[in-house]
Amino acid sequence: MSDPNSAQPGSPDKEPASEEQAGRTALGNTERAEAATTPGGPGPRPTLGRLFLENLWAANTFTVTLLSLVLAMVVGAVLMIISDPEVLATYGYITARPSDAINASWTLVSEAYANLFKGSVFDPAATTVNAALSPISETLTYTAPLVFTGLSVALAFRGGLFNIGAQGQATMGIILAALAGFLLPLPPGLHLLVAVLAGALGGAIWGFIPGILKARTGAHEVINTIMLNYIAVYFLTWLIVQNGVQDPSRTDAISRPVDASAQLPRLFGDGLRAHAGIILAVLATWAVAWLLNRSTLGFELRAVGANPDAARTAGISVTRTYVLVMVFAGALAGLGGSQMVLGTTAAALTPLVVAQIGFDGILVALLGRVKPWGVALAALLFGALQAGGNRMQSYSGISLELVTVLQALIVIFIAAPALVKAIFQLRAARTARLQTSLAKGW
Amino acid sequence: MSTTAVPDVAVAAVDEGFWTRNRKVGLVLLALGLLAAVLFGALATGEQARFTLSEDAAGAALEVKGTVGAIVFGLIALAAGGSMLAGLPKRWFVPVLAVGLVAFVLSFLCWQVSAAPTGQNFMPLVNIVRGTFLLALPLIFGSLAGVLCERSGVVNVAIEGQLLMGAFSGALFGSISGNVWVGLLAAAIGGSLISLLLAVFSIRYLVDQVVMGIVLNLLAVGITGFLYERLMQTDAARYNSAPRFSNWEIPLLSDIPLLGPALFRGNIFLYLALLLVLVIHIALFRTRWGLRTRSVGEHPTAADTLGVRVLGLRYRNVIMAGAVAGIGGASYTLALFSFTKNMIGGKGFIALAALIFGRWSPTGALLAALFFGFADQLATYLGAINSVIPGQFLAMLPYLATILAVAGLVGRVRAPAADGKPYIKG
Repeated sequence: MSDPNSAQPGSPDKEPASEEQAGRTALGNTERAEAATTPGGPGPRPTLGRLFLENLWAANTFTVTLLSLVLAMVVGAVLMIISDPEVLATYGYITARPSDAINASWTLVSEAYANLFKGSVFDPAATTVNAALSPISETLTYTAPLVFTGLSVALAFRGGLFNIGAQGQATMGIILAALAGFLLPLPPGLHLLVAVLAGALGGAIWGFIPGILKARTGAHEVINTIMLNYIAVYFLTWLIVQNGVQDPSRTDAISRPVDASAQLPRLFGDGLRAHAGIILAVLATWAVAWLLNRSTLGFELRAVGANPDAARTAGISVTRTYVLVMVFAGALAGLGGSQMVLGTTAAALTPLVVAQIGFDGILVALLGRVKPWGVALAALLFGALQAGGNRMQSYSGISLELVTVLQALIVIFIAAPALVKAIFQLRAARTARLQTSLAKGW
Repeated sequence: MSTTAVPDVAVAAVDEGFWTRNRKVGLVLLALGLLAAVLFGALATGEQARFTLSEDAAGAALEVKGTVGAIVFGLIALAAGGSMLAGLPKRWFVPVLAVGLVAFVLSFLCWQVSAAPTGQNFMPLVNIVRGTFLLALPLIFGSLAGVLCERSGVVNVAIEGQLLMGAFSGALFGSISGNVWVGLLAAAIGGSLISLLLAVFSIRYLVDQVVMGIVLNLLAVGITGFLYERLMQTDAARYNSAPRFSNWEIPLLSDIPLLGPALFRGNIFLYLALLLVLVIHIALFRTRWGLRTRSVGEHPTAADTLGVRVLGLRYRNVIMAGAVAGIGGASYTLALFSFTKNMIGGKGFIALAALIFGRWSPTGALLAALFFGFADQLATYLGAINSVIPGQFLAMLPYLATILAVAGLVGRVRAPAADGKPYIKG
């Protein structure tokens, strides 16, 4: 459904394409993922500049994403203001001296968001190379696992399955990766490879279960993956305190650290946390894009996702596809999980080592419009928010939870483009196909 | 997808021939009984396993020798399984299954209690029952919220968020006002705010309901966590010290042995939960509103044709569901603990499991919630007597049970037909 060469009017869509006046060609596709490959449609082309202007304020993917970000930040700003007693106090006499309230709010909000930027992209005050690279390094560190979990959810989505289990699959991935990381005495290089593959295997097993249940009994994968998430967590908390796994020198729930030979190499030297996981992430994105758009399996997967009955009639084994999709999705999430313990985020298993990467992966997949390169960019945005959020917390005292709020709000607005369109009075755009309605009930 | 001719995806396990579903269940039960009689019997000690009808070792008790109990109850489960395998009449299926499962659990308990460290070979039943209800409380409210929502055709994955928001606003406004009732009202409103978002986005903007639920959970975690750090942590005395409901003793009923002290000396939330189960059950199956709700959940087009306002009804039910879940969240902050970050910790998802396990009915949800609460309480108890069974595995039980139920291994569960499908009037 994302064939970039198609110049036909948009495929079936919730929003009627009739409102559309801007382009009769499949243009205005500001989505970076496809921008490079989108050729002009047939017929006389309006000038590029005019098209750009027309599409700038239209409800296309890029504009909606950007405006969703803006809206989320506005809500975030309101939250910051109402939760700050000092600033809130200035609103008590806003009719007498409005400048006080405005200045105080502006200082609070602008400082917080400036720190968000400085922590994730670039800090102008940086003097050394390391300090200048540090924000980017942090962003990439947080991005890498999210790319994997996002791809996991997106891949399943394309196959018509809603994989809420990325969290559990990542958990199983992290468990096997860590076990391979500190139990197997292997030479460097091979050890890392085995640990990474073990992570993928753990996730794949955890993805196989809902896949086979869906294929064999029709049990809804949403329910099963939610349940498996929790089973994985309890398994992790049990495993950590077992003999041979728990760190012998500690009494709390923490496992032995992963051997140095199984750790992903750092990219910018020892001072910075960015590790080779981000390279794996780019490779994985490319692989998933190839799988989806160029391979037979990808075609079958998309066919099953679009209409299982039609796919079955066409001779595609829906059962096999469901199982394979979930195994691949699980393996991706497992790889994402393994980054958390083989990378620089943590070196040992703890009950909270997986953080939220699985659930964040759902948001990332939705934000990336369930397309591989879109997912990678969305993960980059979320990684940046996470990295910047850390700085915002330590410098401005704004809780890191605000980042969760921002992320959730962005996705809410993305998921309801009609709302964003109404708020900003956007023009309709045919290219904005926001396919979030893929899972259908239980 | 059940209309296809090519049997690629096995849509429903149609059991033909000798191996009917009942026989398969019987076989499983037989195996469990055998396991109980042999393994539990062998592991149990000769100590007396005492099940006391009080909060401690004192008082009247049901006593049985560990080994004897484990073996006898195991044999009962075995017999129940065997009779199913032999071809039991259908109407006897459920009672016999119940007897078999209970016997299995009792066999397990005989082993565990008799194998406990010396001096701890007793199980205080009052504590167990009370703990079961206490731990089940948020699950009951949560799954009732699910019933209200999903019976009218809106999937409610946001139970976790509604509980959390209820707990938070109950604590915040209860503290500010110093009044429990204000807190309770605020909790209901807080929960319904989350479900209002769910309603607006899934009904008006047609956002996928599962997606919306997941995102709303994260939003609730974010907002409450943020405000908790900004307000409650900096000034706990002002923002996080809500007054609490005291326990109300119901005269006469509270004197019933075992159930009295466990059930009728609780706080308002316990009574409210049981009352709500009753009210929602009657309302759903005996009133006009219930009929309309169910028809909207099963076949909205038909309901619309007959003049039911589908969308209006859905809005109303979803918002009510939020209020119920919000009160459930307050059962933490207005009765037990002060608010902490992410204090619901996955209970909303167990509530979802209870809803599914209870087959989308209020009474089923209650029973499922109690079962899950019991598993939780049992884990605590086994931890206290240093059992060899890790608590984590018992904690997995609700989730495993739900997977088995959904996969059709213990009876097929079926959601309302239109659950999760937005209705577009046309």
